[in-house]
Amino acid sequence: MNFVVCLKQVPDTSEVRIDPVTNTLMREGVPSIINPYDAHGLEEAIRLKEKVGGKVTIVCMGPPQAKEALKKAMSYGADRAILLSDRAFGGSDSLATAYILSMALKKLHETEPIDLVFAGKEAIDGDTAQTGPGIAQRLGFPQLTYAIKVRELTETSITVERKTESGRQVVQAQLPALLTVEKELNDLSYASLPNMMKAAAYEPETWDAKTLLFDVKQMGLKGSPTSVSRIFAPPSRSGGEIIDASKDPASIAATVVQKLFQSNVIMVNPLAKGGKR
Amino acid sequence: MTVAVDKTKCIGCGACVVECPVEAMDLIDGIAVVDPKKCEDHGKCVLVCPTNALAIPNQPLMSKEELDPEAGSKFNLKDPLPEAVKDYAQDNDKKTIPAQVTPVAGGDVWSGVWVIIEYTNGKVAPVSWELLGEGRKLADAIGCGLSGVITGNEIDSVIPEAFAYGAEKVYVVDHPILNDYRTEPYAEAITSLVKKYQPEIILMGATSMGRDVFPAIATKLQTGLTADCTVLGIDPETKLLQQTRPAFGGNIMATILCRTSRPQMSTVRPRVMAMPERIDGREGELIREEFTLDESDFRTKIIEFIRSDAKSAFLDKAEIIVAVGLGLAAKKNLAIAEELADVLGGTIAGTRGAVEAGWLTHDQQVGQSGVTVRPKVYIAIGISGAVQHLVGMETSDCIIAINNDPEASILKVANFGIVGDLFQIVPAMTAEFKKRLQHGVAN
Repeated sequence: MNFVVCLKQVPDTSEVRIDPVTNTLMREGVPSIINPYDAHGLEEAIRLKEKVGGKVTIVCMGPPQAKEALKKAMSYGADRAILLSDRAFGGSDSLATAYILSMALKKLHETEPIDLVFAGKEAIDGDTAQTGPGIAQRLGFPQLTYAIKVRELTETSITVERKTESGRQVVQAQLPALLTVEKELNDLSYASLPNMMKAAAYEPETWDAKTLLFDVKQMGLKGSPTSVSRIFAPPSRSGGEIIDASKDPASIAATVVQKLFQSNVIMVNPLAKGGKR
Repeated sequence: MTVAVDKTKCIGCGACVVECPVEAMDLIDGIAVVDPKKCEDHGKCVLVCPTNALAIPNQPLMSKEELDPEAGSKFNLKDPLPEAVKDYAQDNDKKTIPAQVTPVAGGDVWSGVWVIIEYTNGKVAPVSWELLGEGRKLADAIGCGLSGVITGNEIDSVIPEAFAYGAEKVYVVDHPILNDYRTEPYAEAITSLVKKYQPEIILMGATSMGRDVFPAIATKLQTGLTADCTVLGIDPETKLLQQTRPAFGGNIMATILCRTSRPQMSTVRPRVMAMPERIDGREGELIREEFTLDESDFRTKIIEFIRSDAKSAFLDKAEIIVAVGLGLAAKKNLAIAEELADVLGGTIAGTRGAVEAGWLTHDQQVGQSGVTVRPKVYIAIGISGAVQHLVGMETSDCIIAINNDPEASILKVANFGIVGDLFQIVPAMTAEFKKRLQHGVAN
């Protein structure tokens, strides 16, 4: 089977901050990583390949230095890695990004039909969760988002458990299909030594706008209906009462509990009075 | 002279690249770069830059800092209108709609605020009603109508509810194929409604369903979509929806505009907008639409639905949450939090740290990569208050935090911040709650 994994290189968002004085993004020294959800998509593709045979191709859109992420991804046992990189792609929102990735996947699909596409449920820098579904729509593949388990893969269909608020939805889709995955889908494996050595010597292919005969109006800034108009630090909630309980914790605790009852935060009979806000 | 870029301020939004009349701006590695050979100092980029990262040296009057020294720090300050918006909203009279003009399918007029009402397994997601409340404000601000859209099978019981929560019109697509939620039929049904009636703004909850179907619809419509918004605003003049959402794991907030296409689409996080007043018996216009597609048009089928029985699955609906962080030190200490939760009838949750330590499961995680909660009472035990955690709980009605570090960020958002040893304080609180609740003594 022919598996494709969409992967993004992202800044490690736990390190990104807004400078409270200048209200600007502090980005210096923020390390780049493979988007964690995408890593689980890659893991699943490789596991399925080991089971049913076939190949895994990784496609990534990003600046030239995203090659590092691709080389790292290759070390987990992928067969081919393609970087989509062109200045004209810069500033793409999720609609334009999905267009660019879908064009690359179409090109792959023409020479060797794709059976299954994997993507993370979202990227941790943007958290939009829109690029995966956008690619599926443009390719005309069914989309299975928030996948937490692959139950069955046959020649013509895949059965997946999807996570929803009220439980797990088990869906079967005809192939080719696109999955966006949660971390619960699998546990990541370590790269094997031979694969690491192979990856170190591997040079990812680079495709630019010309390679793909893109419609320039649909990509980059011009193809992006949305744009950022402001950024700012999250508003902080104003604090309340700070109580020092270092000296007599038990009586302080009792006092706080009393206050909670007095202000009706906790009610004596929550079933009768509480509940609905 | 050439426009200068302050690389520490540039966020790589690309507004300047779109704005530049001579194509002198480019984004390289996410930073604006000026081609000095092309730059003619028009200064349009300077005006449009959201972070004041651009300036024309020796022409201080062109700097936005000069025009308004606080422009960078003020949110919702009226922007100088970017060219792209003018194209859409001003220069083309046909597209700026006088309130009462009715859109025609395929025409340039888009009018009205729509809320897609999420109805699955016989239940309406409450965020749908929250959005009718928010949609009301937006519709009033721009002088247009507010409509609800219900798709599903046998949905008649939901219609009066939608009117009661403020919809003036309700569009209904009622068909057995729509019985269970699936992306394809739902996306088809909603897209064809949108194409026919051309609403200006469409909102839906940022639930697993909203975040699955909206990207599909936006792609079909080739329009912009902003996910997981926490604040919405609107400019009455341009009718641009100001969609504010957390980005970079909640470390920054970004306001997104959909400048060049319609409709404007957002998913909105549940439980951040207030629930509107419900007025029984309110009536409105009902429009039923046919669903013309056949089962053979779709390539997915539902095999089964496994209801989650874990309490934590309903974390976002819990009224009282007792949450733990790494301050608890060990899994065995979870017991003191559980005792408190039992006394209060609360639900146990925790930080990413507590989940990664294996004390709790992923679906018990509150925060950016977990669940957003808005309970009546949130008791944070041994939680320092990383920003990723705060974004998931800071809209709780009452926050009680217990931490031994007086500098912990959680104390800054707490209504009651208790500084001290949680191993003494929490059991003492549990005992006090137990005493009062058992005896029915409030004071």
